[in-house]
Amino acid sequence: MPKIRPEDLEAIAMRMRRQAKLRDGTARARVTVHMGTCGIAAGARKIMTALMSAMEEQGVDDVTLTTSGCAGLCSREPMMTVEIQGEAPVKYVNLDENKTRVIFTEHVLGGNIVADYALGVGSERVA
Amino acid sequence: MAEQTSPPTAHHVGRAQLLVCAGTGCVSGRSLKVREALLEEIDKRGLKDEVKIVATGCQGFCAQGPIMIFQPDGIFYQKLKPEDVPLLVEEHLIKGRPVEKFMYVPSAGEPPIPKLSDIDFFNKQRLIVLRNRGLIDPEKIDEYIGREGYQALAKVLASMTPEEVIDEMTRSGLRGRGGAGFPTGVKWGFTRKAPGDDKCIICNADEGDPGAFMDRSIIESDPFSVLEGMAIGAYAIGASHGYVYIREEYPLAMERLHIAIDQAREYGLLGEDIFGCGLNFDISVFRGAGAFVCGEETSLISSLEGRMPEPRVRPPFPAQSGVWNMPTNINNVETWANVPVIMRRGAEWFSSIGTDTSKGTKVFSVVGNVNNTGLVEVPMGTTLREIVFGIGGGIPNGRKFKAVQTGGPSGGCIPASLLDLTIDYERLGEVGSIMGSGGLIVMDERTCMVDVARYFLEFLVDESCGKCTPCREGVAQMHGILERICAGQGRDDDIEMLIELAEYVKDSSLCALGGTAPNPVLSTLKYFRDEYTAHIADGKCPAGVCKALIQYSISADACKGCTKCARVCPVGAITGAKKQPHTLDRSKCIKCGACYESCSFDAVLVE
Repeated sequence: MPKIRPEDLEAIAMRMRRQAKLRDGTARARVTVHMGTCGIAAGARKIMTALMSAMEEQGVDDVTLTTSGCAGLCSREPMMTVEIQGEAPVKYVNLDENKTRVIFTEHVLGGNIVADYALGVGSERVA
Repeated sequence: MAEQTSPPTAHHVGRAQLLVCAGTGCVSGRSLKVREALLEEIDKRGLKDEVKIVATGCQGFCAQGPIMIFQPDGIFYQKLKPEDVPLLVEEHLIKGRPVEKFMYVPSAGEPPIPKLSDIDFFNKQRLIVLRNRGLIDPEKIDEYIGREGYQALAKVLASMTPEEVIDEMTRSGLRGRGGAGFPTGVKWGFTRKAPGDDKCIICNADEGDPGAFMDRSIIESDPFSVLEGMAIGAYAIGASHGYVYIREEYPLAMERLHIAIDQAREYGLLGEDIFGCGLNFDISVFRGAGAFVCGEETSLISSLEGRMPEPRVRPPFPAQSGVWNMPTNINNVETWANVPVIMRRGAEWFSSIGTDTSKGTKVFSVVGNVNNTGLVEVPMGTTLREIVFGIGGGIPNGRKFKAVQTGGPSGGCIPASLLDLTIDYERLGEVGSIMGSGGLIVMDERTCMVDVARYFLEFLVDESCGKCTPCREGVAQMHGILERICAGQGRDDDIEMLIELAEYVKDSSLCALGGTAPNPVLSTLKYFRDEYTAHIADGKCPAGVCKALIQYSISADACKGCTKCARVCPVGAITGAKKQPHTLDRSKCIKCGACYESCSFDAVLVE
């Protein structure tokens, strides 16, 4: 990576915003596993592994799998956020490997929110 | 005057409320710019007193963002741009004609799951420090830049002098989030003005309060915000080097910090000639061994220099003579993480949030006997009740709230009668506690306050560095008395002795560790003195915690004979047939409380 100048920030930001909005056409959905210390202690690595193997088994290549930090609600970890292109993000809580596979099949692939495991839809208020 | 679109209801402030979504989806679609344009336009039109603009949590229509809801009409506007604002204000607010081309009709048949903005845990929070939590991959600098990262540093280097940065910080009203609450801008100014060719800044990530994990979580979820804040600080103060003093117990935070520093160096955002603007600044990570006393600045400096972590007398303050005798500025993780947002959005914006004396937000780790344990960020001035019962979701198992402990071992316990206290530095101080770094421990009715004081003093006896006598001996003596009271051997003059020792330790200790060590005892004595008396005079522990003072028994009337208690008893002290009242053999009982915790019928009694 070369050194950047202030004017480069906007180009990087634009590229990231397109990705964040899933509009660059390569990904149809994004799954974020919340991997802070709390999430990992509650088993987030297993959730990540389950998602990776589900994607591999089913040959899914239009879903971005990513990690992030604690989502704040540590008592309900492991958590993940599923965001389908053009829809509001959905947060899932108290996950295990089975629930994760169900959510992957039903929501990520099928487009139907698994209400039983979902905490809520939307995102938080920032600043 | 323009006609009203519908009569304002009594609970509405003014005649209209514009709810601008400040959920992440909309913010990345520039909803904050829309909000600013609205404020400006409304001010221009002289509608300031009639129209209120409110930033809300996500409405769940992110694909159509930025979204705005016009109340009381309940009209949704979608995909708004700042340049749409004048037309919208003119048509809808002045002429009373909703603008169709911006309107959005939410589709029916939304799935029956709640919106995050309707869940108390989330909708009472306001994220400044944690603005990127759960959203960016903390190991990718591009994701941080994608959410306006490093724009503050670019702005500062391009258009502000160091003095202007310090002035902006001072006017923002940001106060140190590590505990003492000293105005950050003023602190920066001291170090800037101190004579010396080379200066140093430090990020204190030696988070040591039991139950506190704000700093760890900030670094884990958004390390770049700390690095950017420090770079801005370095420019303002004139420092060429920074340290992050982080405890060894935080392996994940440390790993992410290292990754972040490497990436920032590759982009030239640390190192020489940052942004091509001539700023030279780099950061090293120092791994601390996790001594509580290192949270104190002079001990931290001593540890960083490779010596025993012991405080020294101030003055000279670190601003005059700190690491290797360089003028040194130390701020806490959360303080640094606030800096980029303040620089980007301005001192006026930041100081509009919070109370008269405490500006912005505070991150708390809410733990203990509370339903939603976790990390929360709320505006200063939020009440304890809102945090414990709104965000925290109340006390589990239908038990009663007893107290909330803030400020860690240097803080105090606040009773139920003060739940409506608004949180800021001054209010917490007035009731005998402190803001501290943001640990917030909720306690229910089964918590013994004498035992809580004993616990914190035990922690402090372990963590006292031993350099000064009042702290080393005084706190140990106080702890001894508390141990005795909990063991049922309290004496009549113990309370007087505790108070006397407390005053002595407070007044004569060398650093804040000793200076605040008596707080857990003094605050519990202030609000729960009857519990101390019950232990000493009546030989009882009202909360049923102190083993020497309690006896367990099983109520034959209430016991359903479910056998749960007999199964959990580790020593076989409980016997009884199925569906028959059980009995407890006190000669075998070790008072572990397992039966008490397990009983679903409140049939296990403690006295």
